[in-house]
Amino acid sequence: MRFLFKTDYEDDIRLFPHSGYVYSYGLLLAVLLIAPYALSSYLMSQLVFVCIYATVGVGLMILTGFTGQASLGHAAFLAIGAYTAAYLQQFNVPFPVYFLAAGLLTGVVGALVGFPALRLQGIYLVIATISFAFIVEEILARWEGVTHGNEGMRVKTIQLLGTTVSRDGPPFYYLCLAVLVLTIVGTLNLLRSPTGRAFVAIRDSETAARSMGINVALYKVKSFAISAGITGFAGVLFAHKLSFISPEMFTLQLSIEFIIVILIGGTFSLHGAVLGAIFLVMIDPFLTYLKDDMPGVIGGVAATLGAGTERAGHIQDAVAAFASANGLKGAIYGVIIVVFVLFEPLGLYGRWLKIKLFFQLFPLYKRATFKRQKIYVKSERNR
Amino acid sequence: MSYFRAENLSLHFGGLKAVDAVSFAVEKGEILSIIGPNGAGKSSIFNLISRIYPPTSGKIFFEDQDITQQPAYDIAKLGIARTFQNIELFENATVLSNLLVGRHRHSTTQLWQELLFLPSVRAGEKAHRRRVEQVIEFLDLEPYRDKLISGLPYGVRKVIELARALCSEPKLILLDEPSSGLNVEETDDMSFWIRDMKSELGITVLMVEHDMTLVNRVSDRVIALNYGRVLAMGSPSEVQHHPDVVAAYLGA
Repeated sequence: MRFLFKTDYEDDIRLFPHSGYVYSYGLLLAVLLIAPYALSSYLMSQLVFVCIYATVGVGLMILTGFTGQASLGHAAFLAIGAYTAAYLQQFNVPFPVYFLAAGLLTGVVGALVGFPALRLQGIYLVIATISFAFIVEEILARWEGVTHGNEGMRVKTIQLLGTTVSRDGPPFYYLCLAVLVLTIVGTLNLLRSPTGRAFVAIRDSETAARSMGINVALYKVKSFAISAGITGFAGVLFAHKLSFISPEMFTLQLSIEFIIVILIGGTFSLHGAVLGAIFLVMIDPFLTYLKDDMPGVIGGVAATLGAGTERAGHIQDAVAAFASANGLKGAIYGVIIVVFVLFEPLGLYGRWLKIKLFFQLFPLYKRATFKRQKIYVKSERNR
Repeated sequence: MSYFRAENLSLHFGGLKAVDAVSFAVEKGEILSIIGPNGAGKSSIFNLISRIYPPTSGKIFFEDQDITQQPAYDIAKLGIARTFQNIELFENATVLSNLLVGRHRHSTTQLWQELLFLPSVRAGEKAHRRRVEQVIEFLDLEPYRDKLISGLPYGVRKVIELARALCSEPKLILLDEPSSGLNVEETDDMSFWIRDMKSELGITVLMVEHDMTLVNRVSDRVIALNYGRVLAMGSPSEVQHHPDVVAAYLGA
């Protein structure tokens, strides 16, 4: 175990507390940089989605994890970013310009959503953001002059510095990775500055934040704007990756997936956003595998256990029917959320911290270290 | 003109007069305690000053400026900090970041500068950190810097809340029952700190308190309230022996 000996205020400010962090994150970055030359094109594609989802996750983490304002409307912000890019592309606007424009526009929309949200808390805020998402979805479907309605829009490949950045090639992956890394660094900078601390203060006690001179309304709007802006940037990449966008891609299900990202990853950390994105993107091929192969496997097992060919066939059909049932994916997501909230409220990152501490303290690790203490002295009346 | 002044301050909840035409003044550099039985309106006065409730009527002046209509977050910017009766700390943050939030009213950096963490932001952070360290030393909080609030005992939290208020470098500090929930030694420490705040840091203190030992030890003047009205005002012993105050506590 390493003990940090702090000799300077800089020690509390720097991003990497000690050299070990520099080496491990450097190694991780190196691995990510050579990944396109080692992985299959399918995995590469999944990795690009991990980057995009993680970017959204970081954005949502700022709003929900650090400012404490729940949102089920982030699919709408993603859609606004994506459609802005697709729309501006028609006028031959260069990529850097519409990329920035999409982020800024989404940020402004986020701020506008933030204003009515100021008076809402908890479940009511969730309902308000859901309705915002539905409104945006409806606008995308009806405003045919701009969005081409339900026909959707094609998104052309990126032209950058005179070259074409294909959505399948390594350059596009590097672009997504760069956006993710810059987002994370920017967010970390924010969190070690007055603004980030104000966000956390609002999350934990609005009354105290106000009495310490924090303009709660202003910072909530800022948080909404930053969160939406980041999601807008991710939306541009999302549109390019899919190369075709239509309103039914940005449904409530997508917003819930973003919530899963931060919930499963661990709500109070940026690591959580990335881990959650990996989990969410990688669970999809896993579910597809189960859907395709499970009936056969279970049928085979039943046959070997002596169920008879006919009954094994029935079992196989039953499992197949179950696996292809409508809404099974949603149900599985629901089960995952419930299991995590009950048994691992700190998410995957919390689990990682526990494993790390286990090895650091081996053999002295105590399970109670992470046990949450309940305290009942906080006053609710001044909220 | 007084340093801080409340004029005919009233707060009514329907028919209930929580605070009823209360007037008092605080002189610069004094320690003024407000005492009174439960429900006398002491904390309500604090909540009126820090603008958590808008007053039904009356005015509040600080440094000859009418602050009755200021938004709540401006009160801290004017130099009035407060603590809460039932500790309001940021539970899931470390002691250091709690104290740094106290520095919020002194931060001057813009959002875009913070996103890039420009040298100006870094310099500002170090300056804040230095001030926070002075408060940590003043209140003996060295062992707790990197601890999460949610794992700390009540007595320590009480001190951290005081520390957070001091980090904002207030001119006037409102202490809502600083000794509630503290044991005898902790209350002793608290009384030393309150006097040091006055003599070393030059902060004016307005305090709500039940513990009469603490009140007698630190207060320059005392106000006794009951049913939202001022019963008596004066030196600690005068107020304690005032017939109306005795009646309010012991029954007529």
